[in-house]
Amino acid sequence: MKRVRIVFSGSGGQGVITAAIILAEAAVIYAGKNAVQSQSYGAAARGGATRSDIIISNNDIHFPGVIQPNVLVCLTQEAYNLYSPIIRPGGTLLTDSRYVKTTRNVDARQTELPMYDTVMEQIGKPIVFNICVLGALIGSTELLRPGALIKAVADRVPKNFLELNTKAFDLGLSLAQDNL
Amino acid sequence: MAIQDYLRQRYFPHMWCPGCGHGTILNSLLRAIEELEIEKNDLVITSGIGCSARISGYVDFHSLHTMHGRALPCATGVKLSRPHLNVIVPMGDGDALAIGGNHFIHAARRNIDITAIVMNNRIYGMTGGQFSPLSGPGVNATTAPYKTIDNSFDTVKLAIAAGASFVARSTAYHAQESTDILKKAIQHKGFSVVEILSQCPTHYGRKNKEGDAASMLEFHKKNTARIGSKALEKNPDLTPRGIFVDVDTPEYCAEYEKIIAVASKEKM
Amino acid sequence: MKNKIKFIQGNEACVEGALYAGIDFFAGYPITPSTEIMEHLARRLPERGGKFIQMEDEIASMCAIIGASLTGRKSMTATSGPGFSLKQEAIGYACMTEIPCVIANVQRGGPSTGNPTHVSQGDVNQARWGTHGDHSIIALTASNHQDVFAMTVDAFNLAETYRTPVILLLDEAVGHMREKLIVPEEGELEIVDRLRTALGRDVDYHPYLPREDGRLPMSDFGGEHRFNVTGLFHDMWGFPSNNPKVINELLRHLVDKIENNVQAITRYKEHCLDDAEYILVSYGSSARSAIHLAKSRRNRGEKIGVLELQSLWPFPTELVREKCSNAKAVLVVEMNMGQVLAQVKAAVEKPDRVFLANRIDGKLITPSDIKKLLRVIQGRGV
Repeated sequence: MKRVRIVFSGSGGQGVITAAIILAEAAVIYAGKNAVQSQSYGAAARGGATRSDIIISNNDIHFPGVIQPNVLVCLTQEAYNLYSPIIRPGGTLLTDSRYVKTTRNVDARQTELPMYDTVMEQIGKPIVFNICVLGALIGSTELLRPGALIKAVADRVPKNFLELNTKAFDLGLSLAQDNL
Repeated sequence: MAIQDYLRQRYFPHMWCPGCGHGTILNSLLRAIEELEIEKNDLVITSGIGCSARISGYVDFHSLHTMHGRALPCATGVKLSRPHLNVIVPMGDGDALAIGGNHFIHAARRNIDITAIVMNNRIYGMTGGQFSPLSGPGVNATTAPYKTIDNSFDTVKLAIAAGASFVARSTAYHAQESTDILKKAIQHKGFSVVEILSQCPTHYGRKNKEGDAASMLEFHKKNTARIGSKALEKNPDLTPRGIFVDVDTPEYCAEYEKIIAVASKEKM
Repeated sequence: MKNKIKFIQGNEACVEGALYAGIDFFAGYPITPSTEIMEHLARRLPERGGKFIQMEDEIASMCAIIGASLTGRKSMTATSGPGFSLKQEAIGYACMTEIPCVIANVQRGGPSTGNPTHVSQGDVNQARWGTHGDHSIIALTASNHQDVFAMTVDAFNLAETYRTPVILLLDEAVGHMREKLIVPEEGELEIVDRLRTALGRDVDYHPYLPREDGRLPMSDFGGEHRFNVTGLFHDMWGFPSNNPKVINELLRHLVDKIENNVQAITRYKEHCLDDAEYILVSYGSSARSAIHLAKSRRNRGEKIGVLELQSLWPFPTELVREKCSNAKAVLVVEMNMGQVLAQVKAAVEKPDRVFLANRIDGKLITPSDIKKLLRVIQGRGV
């Protein structure tokens, strides 16, 4: 696997950081890869724009920052406006159609999915939105096997919420696969 | 055992001035320890900096002479590590309530089983007579050439408000009473504060025309009265002496043992 | 094996290292970006009968670990920026009284409140000279989680070996970043336990009388031997002294016990250094960018290597001189105004060939930041 550089962005409270950690954790613990995850701290984590960088690789990772992501996830318009210009040409850009209006002038594969609306329709709990995003990401990029992700989710959520999260993940996965 | 058996003779002569109240307080403390029959190896004296702090070197216990104001947090580390030890912390008024004031109120709040003795002579003696947070207004000091305008703490009220579960006051004049109070304070399970009014004839007495050591001791006698005494009832302006608070409240080290029990169970 | 692989923050890797080293006691005060260290120890220490206490301030935390260590407990505190400043008085006390302890300082931008959530390496000199008076100190650092773990274990080991406070100089980027840590098996890394006196009860124990090999066996305070501990200059009994001979000998002892063992204390790593014409000297998170650059330039045939320092104090002067002796130029990569740069310049034969590649704006220095300067030095334009 070549090195994948991912940026998750959105606003505080959307679970952006948690999703980033779960993805990187799944890569390390359940897929035997190397990964680093870093994030912006401070006021941004409490309601402003949030960003988390992840690098996944089979080799050692030294510089942990992402300058040009192969994969960019934007969950707010602000994040999209700010980060869409940095995407690596030919990369994947995943946005939520409720929160982001894309301008389509980016040299990348743009995937717009109604993740938030689907979660609200089918589950009714916004708290699992971020897990749905992870499902959609895996569905559209095949970064890792879905099973590795589900295991990492299971490590992080209380047992009685696992079913809810798995459902959200599957929703995201099928949204992405239907879109392919 | 005789009092001498508790002293490290090689440290003497001590560095206290003639007439200083601190030697009397040391005497009261050692008598309390003797009467309680505490093993020397079970007793830790931790002190900070100042005239009072030198006590730790003079006594043949485990002695830890730390930094100015920092005796209580150092003692907290010792006590929490080895809860079976008796930990006594003699401090001066500046040591305990100025530079160490924050540590003082928080040790009281935690109710950790330490006996804090505030040897209050209302002055920084070792540095040569600057006013302290217990000097109060209208006092002459080298840093108050026009007299102090700073109000003072009431050690007893402060300790009570901060949560100390044993709070008492005595004076260097009332040596036997001090011993009795210190015995109770050491036996008390929780944070005990004993304020003992001391005299500094060298730096406080001379500057404030309070005469020699004898007349300063006389002052302790005349200006204080036991709680519940007729004298205090008649003259509420006198400084009350005695035990103000003596209550059983959860002690920090004992409570932490419960945390360990919960945490180690959860892990299994 | 599975639960030995962790994906955690650098601060947690430090906690894992401390637990592996046998930490018994932690006292601390919340401060960004080191707080995770205390949060995790609050949970982990009592699980194994250890003690954790959140103190009223940074000073008290440092004091509490001194008290605890003296009684025989392996003790540690953690802090950042302003908290490190506040701890300096008591760090000096631990130097003077020769009490082993570990102080993790997860560096953030300064001076003052500075830049709490962003990276800096501005405390290198403070680690060395933060407390007043002549003394020596050991400071370790690390650039990745496996090394954070190992250096934390080493910090405890060196503290016990030399009876001294050891500063673990981490930084925000490594502290907050998550990456893989494989927790070593028991016995895989060496653990140095406290050297205790063999003297029995009722035998006169001299807390400050060195053995023939220079080491000072300890007796757990509050245990079998009664002795005095003071921050004043003191004799072999621990009694205060202003005898000029006693003062002279004690101060020399405090400095010599560390400065005479630079080689034994020095920790470092080499990356592509063998035939390197251009050497990047770096440490902590900066070293990640230096290594990244060196490896990518090596792929293009450039002879670049990295000397990664893991012990900053005592400064490994001889090592730096030797490793840099054939270099055309040396770049010191760090996130401050040249604190290690000054040491490297003093160490090498051609200080005018030593350059600073730094960044001080709270952002992690990038490989391209370093590359830009390197190209100028190589005469290849901007």
